[in-house]
Amino acid sequence: MSLAVELRKLSFGYGGGPLVLRDVDLEISAGEFVAIAGPNGGGKTTLMRVALGLEQPSTGEALLFGEPAARFSRRSTLGYLAQRSQLGVDAPATVREVVSAGRLAVGGLFGPLRRRDRSIVTEAIERVGLSASADVPLRTLSGGQQQRAFIAKALAAEPSLLVLDEPTTGVDVDAQEALAALLDRLHRELGVTVLYVSHEFGAVERFVERLVLVRGGIVFDGSPAELPHVWHDPSHVHA
Amino acid sequence: MLELEFMRLAFGAGLFVGLLAPAVGFFLVQRQLSLVGDGIGHVAFAGVAAGYLLGLPPVLTALVASIGGAGAIEWLRSRKHTAGDQALALVFYTGIAAGVVLISLAGALNVDLFGFLFGSILTTTRADLALVAVLGIAGLGTIALLYRALAAIALDEEGARVAGVPVGLLNTALAVLAATTVAVSMRIVGILLIAALMVLPVIAASRIARSMRETLLLGMAIGVGSVLGGLTLAYYVDLPPGGTIVLIAAATFLITSAASGLRRG
Ligand SMILES: Nc1ncnc2c1ncn2[C@@H]1O[C@H](COP(=O)(O)OP(=O)(O)OP(=O)(O)O)[C@@H](O)[C@H]1O
Ligand SMILES: [Mg+2]
Repeated sequence: MSLAVELRKLSFGYGGGPLVLRDVDLEISAGEFVAIAGPNGGGKTTLMRVALGLEQPSTGEALLFGEPAARFSRRSTLGYLAQRSQLGVDAPATVREVVSAGRLAVGGLFGPLRRRDRSIVTEAIERVGLSASADVPLRTLSGGQQQRAFIAKALAAEPSLLVLDEPTTGVDVDAQEALAALLDRLHRELGVTVLYVSHEFGAVERFVERLVLVRGGIVFDGSPAELPHVWHDPSHVHA
Repeated sequence: MLELEFMRLAFGAGLFVGLLAPAVGFFLVQRQLSLVGDGIGHVAFAGVAAGYLLGLPPVLTALVASIGGAGAIEWLRSRKHTAGDQALALVFYTGIAAGVVLISLAGALNVDLFGFLFGSILTTTRADLALVAVLGIAGLGTIALLYRALAAIALDEEGARVAGVPVGLLNTALAVLAATTVAVSMRIVGILLIAALMVLPVIAASRIARSMRETLLLGMAIGVGSVLGGLTLAYYVDLPPGGTIVLIAAATFLITSAASGLRRG
């Protein structure tokens, strides 16, 4: 099966400073659903940014679908929900406006969205169960609903790789479970490669076939069932 | 009032200024760059002074200086070594200092500086109006064309970057738009108050609007209303138009805030 993400002997430090990631080797096949977990400051966000070509590795290489990540040619097929990106909204943007923004790179930069693109936006809103609130300002919705809107935004690009960085910050356990089930469904029905980044992987544990623990490098990579017991509680990773 | 040529010219220019300033300000506010217009305004002042020194039309030299200032802010900001507010401070003070030095070099400390700083209804010439109209239409056209792209970056810059949207290029386009707006609006609202006209109508609109699009359109309506209302008041009561215009925009903000408070009960 082809590889979606490939990191080889990769190290990274911000601005030539101390290494935040060391000797990382990671292969993620197209179609996998993987949880990336680890303690605060462990380097999860950094790992994803390097993998997506937003940062250049200090040594080693990062490939996306076989191409160097920084020069990847099919960027519009990447869906990325940055950590805390929900805070970017100040205006009374509606769910539809937010989700439409996800169609920009595919639908073209100039002028209004074409009808086909608009219907894909509507479909993405339906998929996350927000149809009834499609034209309501995002800031009037609950934290969990806002997260779903941002996931719909990523889906509107019809991505082949979906990276969600801490999508459940400030969301209660029920909403986390619902989000995990939604991602599982998208993964199965659409065949999207999903990387779910969180310091807490409890909600997706049932659904993912693979768990990667990051703490200055990769300290565990395997099925959640094989995870040594001491690491099950994320607070122990600090020890 | 409109039988007077200078008022017709001021109203004509005011129409473009009232539409363009909030339209550009909309994207600056969304990105928490509300003060960028102010920084560019200070550089425009240096441009005006250079115009006097070189014997060139001040609007033209102000336009060139504004674009340079906007470019400098964007450049300083994108290199992460300088925080946004430090980049602004640098540009602010360099601009105003250069302006003062250039003006005195030109021996023009007695020219109608007050008009440039706070706006004037007497100074719009036919040539000014033509330039304002051309730049205004170009600016509004660019915003119509790039609306979705600029809005997407305002909502989620990182997401746009990952998806391959040319974020740097679009940020530069926005900086040039802001610079153009300052140069266009200078004569009517004044360099020191132009930023207020870019920002206040937008935050007034965002209190009651139900979508981004509505915020933009309502902001533009409030902008035009404030400019034309302000010019009229300035004419009858003999006040500086810039201050009058901005006070009307500020009053609108109080009204929409109260309205949204009432609606929430
Ligand atoms: N822009 C930056 N400049 C310098 N250092 C950074 C930067 N971003 C992160 N770091 C450092 O890199 C390390 C890893 O941070 P990172 O954000 O990748 O961790 P994380 O696992 O995503 O943490 P969290 O669970 O808090 O999101 C930390 O020590 C952090 O201080
Ligand atoms: Mg993180």
